[in-house]
Amino acid sequence: MAGFNFKLIKNPLSKENPITVQVLGICSALAVTAKLQPAFVMALSVTVVVALSNVIISLLRNTIPPRIRIIVQLVVVSLLVILVDQVLKAFVYDVSKQLSVFVGLIITNCIVMGRLEAFAMSNKPLDSFLDGIGNGLGYAIILITLGVVRELFGSGSLWGYQIIPDSFYEMGYQNNSLMIMPPMALILVGIIIWVHRARNKDLCEK
Amino acid sequence: MKFVRDFLDKIKPNFEKGGKFPWLHSTFDAFETFAFVPKTTTTSGAHFRDAMDMKRTMTMVILALMPALLFGTYNIGFQHFHSINPELSFFEGFWDNLLYGAIKILPIIVISYVVGLSIEFGFAQWRKHDVNEGFLVTGMLIPLVMPPDVPLWQVALATAFAVVIGKEVFGGTGMNFLNPALLARAFLFFAFPSSMSGDNVWIAEKADAFSGATPLAEMMIGANLPSTSFWDMLLGIMPGSIGETSSIAILLGAAFLLITGIGSWRIMLSVFMGGALMGLTFNLFGSNPYTQIPFYYHYVMGGFMFGAVFMATDPVTAAQTNKGKWIYGILIGVMAVLIRVVNPAYPEGMMLAILLLNVFAPLIDYYVVDANIRKRMKRWKIKGGQNVQ
Repeated sequence: MAGFNFKLIKNPLSKENPITVQVLGICSALAVTAKLQPAFVMALSVTVVVALSNVIISLLRNTIPPRIRIIVQLVVVSLLVILVDQVLKAFVYDVSKQLSVFVGLIITNCIVMGRLEAFAMSNKPLDSFLDGIGNGLGYAIILITLGVVRELFGSGSLWGYQIIPDSFYEMGYQNNSLMIMPPMALILVGIIIWVHRARNKDLCEK
Repeated sequence: MKFVRDFLDKIKPNFEKGGKFPWLHSTFDAFETFAFVPKTTTTSGAHFRDAMDMKRTMTMVILALMPALLFGTYNIGFQHFHSINPELSFFEGFWDNLLYGAIKILPIIVISYVVGLSIEFGFAQWRKHDVNEGFLVTGMLIPLVMPPDVPLWQVALATAFAVVIGKEVFGGTGMNFLNPALLARAFLFFAFPSSMSGDNVWIAEKADAFSGATPLAEMMIGANLPSTSFWDMLLGIMPGSIGETSSIAILLGAAFLLITGIGSWRIMLSVFMGGALMGLTFNLFGSNPYTQIPFYYHYVMGGFMFGAVFMATDPVTAAQTNKGKWIYGILIGVMAVLIRVVNPAYPEGMMLAILLLNVFAPLIDYYVVDANIRKRMKRWKIKGGQNVQ
């Protein structure tokens, strides 16, 4: 045992970020980030699913016949997603309703499948767990950033509480409705990628 | 002009390499070439230089916009006083109207230029390239497509969005695939619908009792014909965005653009053809009153004319090939009328039609060029593989 390999958690946060560098999981990043709360819950769910499915697949990796590995991975992921979905329905029903199909669609989230194929199939359980947490957090950072910006400027609130004071509205300030539409989320992701690459020159394509 | 030259020569060394402010070189260069045609020539090969460079081209477009701008300014004032006193005739209180309009429009123009140019200069400085001239026209187009009552901070935000997201991220003037002025309008339209649509925004400080509906809005809710007469709409005596109301003023600008060879007649003509085509098709098959209006009504209502003359012809975002220009223009006309008549959410279709076709313009060009290559390949094969010149 080599102990905790913290690079596995640190790298996906910036240099190998699943959204801004690998450009995976964009669909859900655009769909659920209009408000901070669903974005947070979504990020948490994906982190849990990636981490646990990574561990399970990593434990099974030597027994899965290569030809049917995708279907085995899908079964494991679906099991976890259904569990997460039930937990959400039981404890945060409102958010679960807002997330609607996107919790179920975690099964098809490229980040999950990508990590299983690229990492868990060839690494030990502990490393796979850390890798899952790292990628989940990398996804979470972007989702929460998007959620904060979009809710603050689109609805003037954060986590459902009004942030922008009434006096601003009386002075003529208006919420930006474009922020709650998916196109603006795409533009924001683009801006994040732009800033990220400007700060890390080695990420730029030659 | 001698003293300007002398002054520029005197301060020039400060901005060269090794001077006091080398990082301000782009800014200095922009002002110098704005005042004088650059003297520098290319170092190798034969090279013709026309005095009609990009700055002059842009200045011509600004001149072409003047009739629409002046009429728009007057119309803001007239519509305002007319809403208070519906008896008012068009030339009554001429100077009052003009003054009121000027007070409304000047801040919008100033904001648009200040915000847009500071971003352009900032990016040019940052990337160490010359300041592009493109914003001279964009900065004038933006105020002309705004409603007179638009809040100034929204104009500033939209301008910043259009310049940064529409242009600079793609590499500046000449690289953008969407028309920046229209992008600014689209941004406001979706971000702040309450200041860009409805009946209350088209007349500055409208009296409450007066209905401020534009002809397009009236048609939208099922009128048989707009309450404004065709001639009034042609002249532009109706509420609307600042520069778009008067078709006559816009056509004056169009004539100027065509005579100087700056605007593409193919695009202008084909946009009108597309509008007529869709209008006539609706006349044949349509079932509600909106589909039954004569097609030329579409030209004078809303922003059709303005879009066709000043927006669709933007040389950067339009199709580049001649055949492509026809396809591009006709589709803009067709889409604009289609969106107006069929889509219940958007009274005006011109903006969305042009933006949509902006996106498709490179694809259209690609297939036009591809078809030409294939045609010539075929001819080459028929002639037995000999090189046919």
